[in-house]
Amino acid sequence: MIRRSLTLFAGLFVLILVIGWVLGMPFTSSRLVEAAAYALIAMGLNIQWGYGGLFNFGIMGFLMVGGAAVTFISYPANPEFWHSDGPMMLGRALLAFAVGAAIVIAVRRADRIGITGRWKGVLTVLAWFVAYVLYRSQIDPAAAYIESTSGWVGGLGGHPVLGWLFGGVLAAGIAYVIGKICLGLRTDYLAIATIGISEIVRALIKNMDWLTRGTLTVSPIPWPTPLPQDLQAGGMGMDQALLLSRGGFLLLAIVVLAIVMWLINRAYGGPWGRMMRAIRDNHVAAASMGKNVTARQLEIFVFGSVLMGIGGAMLVSFVQIFDPSSYQPINHTFLIWVMIIVGGAGNNWGALFGAVLIWLIWVISEPLARAIFETVSLWSTQIGWGAIPDIDVRSAQMRVFVLGLVITIALRFAPKGLIPEVVRREG
Amino acid sequence: MTEIIFFINQVVISGLVLGCIYALGAIGITLIFGILRFAHFAHSELMTGGAFIAFLLAAAFASWGIVTPIPTGFVVLPLAMVLTAILSLGIDKGFYAPLRKRGAKPVTLLIASIGVTLMVQGLIRLFFGTGTYSFFDTEPKEIFRIDTAFLGSTRPLVITEPQVLMILVTLVSVVALHFFLTRSRLGKAMRAMADNADLAQVSGINTALVVRVTWVIAGALACMAGTMLALDVTLKPDLAFNIILPIFAAAIVGGLGQAYGAIAGGLLIGFAETLAVFNWTMLFRPLNAILPDWLQLPPTLALVPTEYKLTVAFVILVVTLLVRPTGIFKGASS
Repeated sequence: MIRRSLTLFAGLFVLILVIGWVLGMPFTSSRLVEAAAYALIAMGLNIQWGYGGLFNFGIMGFLMVGGAAVTFISYPANPEFWHSDGPMMLGRALLAFAVGAAIVIAVRRADRIGITGRWKGVLTVLAWFVAYVLYRSQIDPAAAYIESTSGWVGGLGGHPVLGWLFGGVLAAGIAYVIGKICLGLRTDYLAIATIGISEIVRALIKNMDWLTRGTLTVSPIPWPTPLPQDLQAGGMGMDQALLLSRGGFLLLAIVVLAIVMWLINRAYGGPWGRMMRAIRDNHVAAASMGKNVTARQLEIFVFGSVLMGIGGAMLVSFVQIFDPSSYQPINHTFLIWVMIIVGGAGNNWGALFGAVLIWLIWVISEPLARAIFETVSLWSTQIGWGAIPDIDVRSAQMRVFVLGLVITIALRFAPKGLIPEVVRREG
Repeated sequence: MTEIIFFINQVVISGLVLGCIYALGAIGITLIFGILRFAHFAHSELMTGGAFIAFLLAAAFASWGIVTPIPTGFVVLPLAMVLTAILSLGIDKGFYAPLRKRGAKPVTLLIASIGVTLMVQGLIRLFFGTGTYSFFDTEPKEIFRIDTAFLGSTRPLVITEPQVLMILVTLVSVVALHFFLTRSRLGKAMRAMADNADLAQVSGINTALVVRVTWVIAGALACMAGTMLALDVTLKPDLAFNIILPIFAAAIVGGLGQAYGAIAGGLLIGFAETLAVFNWTMLFRPLNAILPDWLQLPPTLALVPTEYKLTVAFVILVVTLLVRPTGIFKGASS
C-alpha cells in the first residue's frame, strides 16, 4: 500500500515537473496554489463522505460563502456606506429578521397552549408568511437605498487570514442550519436537497448586490502575503517577484493544509474517527451502541463544511476577484466529487492525491485539447476538408468531457479510488 | 377584463407550458427511480441531446426542402424520440449496467450518472459550441392573437403555435402512458417491479426487459420535453442542465416512483414558479379605484423578485423533503 502511494505521488511530482516545463512556471505556480486550496476543500468532503458517509452535493454553496466572507473581511472599508443611513436601515432589517424568527419559533411551540394538528399547520404557514413579509418590508428599502447611495457595504479592511477563518465560521453556521434541516434524509434525497440549497445560496449571493456587489464583482481582494507588485516595487525583477510572491502564498496554503491534515488524520485514528466509521458503515448498530447518530452526523457535516469555507476563501483571495456568476455546479461541486472518488474516499492522502491530480487534469485538458485540435485541423486542411472552426471555444469545453470520462472510468475500474482507505483490524 | 386576460397570458399559459415540460422530464426520472432505484441526473442530458437530435433532423428536413404545415420540430419529434430512446439504452448498457451487475450501491449509480452528464454535455458543447440555436430560423413561429374585445378586454389572448401543440402532445402522451401502465401486460409488469423488484422477478417477470422498456420510455419522453422546451425558447447546450433541479423537485414533490405524482408535481412547480414572480398589482389594479388612499397597491407586488424564479422550485423541494419526504402521492419508501 505504502509503495503504491509513493509511486503515485512520485508520478504526480513528475507530472507537475512536466507541466512546469511545457507550460511555464507562472502558469504552474498559480495552478499549484489553487490545487492546495482544492485539496483543503477535498479534505472537507473527505471528512463528510469518507469518514461520515454523508452525501453533500452543495459544496458550491460553501465555497461561495467562504468567498463572500473573505471579501467582506479583507476588502478595504467603504466609508461612504458607514456615514450614510445604511447601517441604521440594515439594523432595522436585522431586527425585523429577529422578530420574524421569534414568531416562527413561537408558533412551533404552539402545541403548549393546546393548538395542535391542522390548526398548528395553518398557523405555521401563516407565521412564515408574516415573518417573510416583515423581513422583506425592511430589507427591500435598505437594499435599494444602499445600492443607490454607496453601492454596497464594502469590507472591513481586516487581514485575509482572518477572512479565511471567518469563511470557516460562516460556512459552519450555514452547515449547521442545513444539517439540522436535511440530515434526516437518506442519501439521494440528501444529495438533491443539498444541491437545491446550494443553488438558493448562489441565487442569494448573486442577487444581494448591497452585500456582495453581485454580478458587478469585487476586486482586487488583498493577499495575505506580499503581492508580486509589492515585491517589484521593492526592486525585484518581474519573473522573480512573481515566483517569490506565489511561492509565499503557496507556502502559507501548504502550512494550513498540513495543519488540517495532521489534525484530521489524528481524528481519524482516534476514538472519534472509529465512532464515525461505525456510524457510516452501520448506523443502526452504532445507534444501538448508544451513539447519537444524528448529532454526530451534524458534527461531521459542520467540520467538513468549515474546511470547504476556508478553501473557498483561499481560492477567492488568491484570484483576487469575487465573481458570484463564475460559480458553477460542475466546477465547484462535481469537480470535488471526482477528486474524492478518484483519489480514494476515507483516505486523506488519497484525497490530497486526487485533488492535485484532478485539478491538474482539469487545467491541462484545455491546452491539450487545443493542441490536438490544431494538429487535426492542420491535417484536415492539408487533405482538403477545411479547418476545425472555433478551436478556442471547443477546446475550453473539452475539460467537462474529460472530467466525465475520468469519473466513469474510475467508478468502473477503481471504485475505491487510487489510494483506497486502509481498514485496520486489530486482533 | 384586460387584467384577467393579462393574468391568463402571464400565468396560466406560461405556467402550463413550463409545467408540461417539467412533468414530461419528471415522469422519466420517477420511472427510472421506481425501477432502478437511483436518482438519474443525466436525464437533463437526454433532454438536451434529444433536442439537438430533433434540431439536426429538422435542419435536414429544411435542407431537403420539405415544408410542413406544423413546425418541423413537431414533425420530426417521433423519429427523434426513437433515436433518443436508442441513445438512452446505449448509455445504460455502457455505463449503468456494468455497475448494477457488480451490485453497486444507488449512490455509486448517482455519481456515475453525473459522470454521464458531464460527458454528454462536453460532447454536445464540442460539436455545437456554446451558442444558441432556434428551430425557427427557416420558418416563422406562428403566434395566435385571439381578440377578446367581446369580453371587454383591450388586450388579445396570445399563444404561440408550438405552445398549443405542446400542450396537446403532452396530454396525448400522458393519456397513452396511463393506458400503457394500467392496461398492457408490460406496463403492469413495470408497476409490479417498481413495487417490489424481487417479488416481480420470482413471479416470472422479465426484469431485464422491464429495465429496457423503462429506458425507452424515459428517453423518448426526455426527448419530447427537451425538444418542446427548445421550441418554446431557444436551443442551447445547457438547455436542460439548468432545469434538472426543478424537474427533480417535481418528481420528489409528486413522490418518487409515482408517474401520476410526477405529472402533478410538474404542473405544481411550473405554476408555483410563474405565480411567485407574477406581479399581482397587474391583476388587482382596478381595486385601486375602490381602495382608500392609504391602501393603494404598490407598483410591484410579487411574492419574490424575478431573479429568484428558479429558487422557488428549490424552496418547494426542501419544504416537501422536510414536511412530507414521500411526496404528495406516497412515493417509493426508502
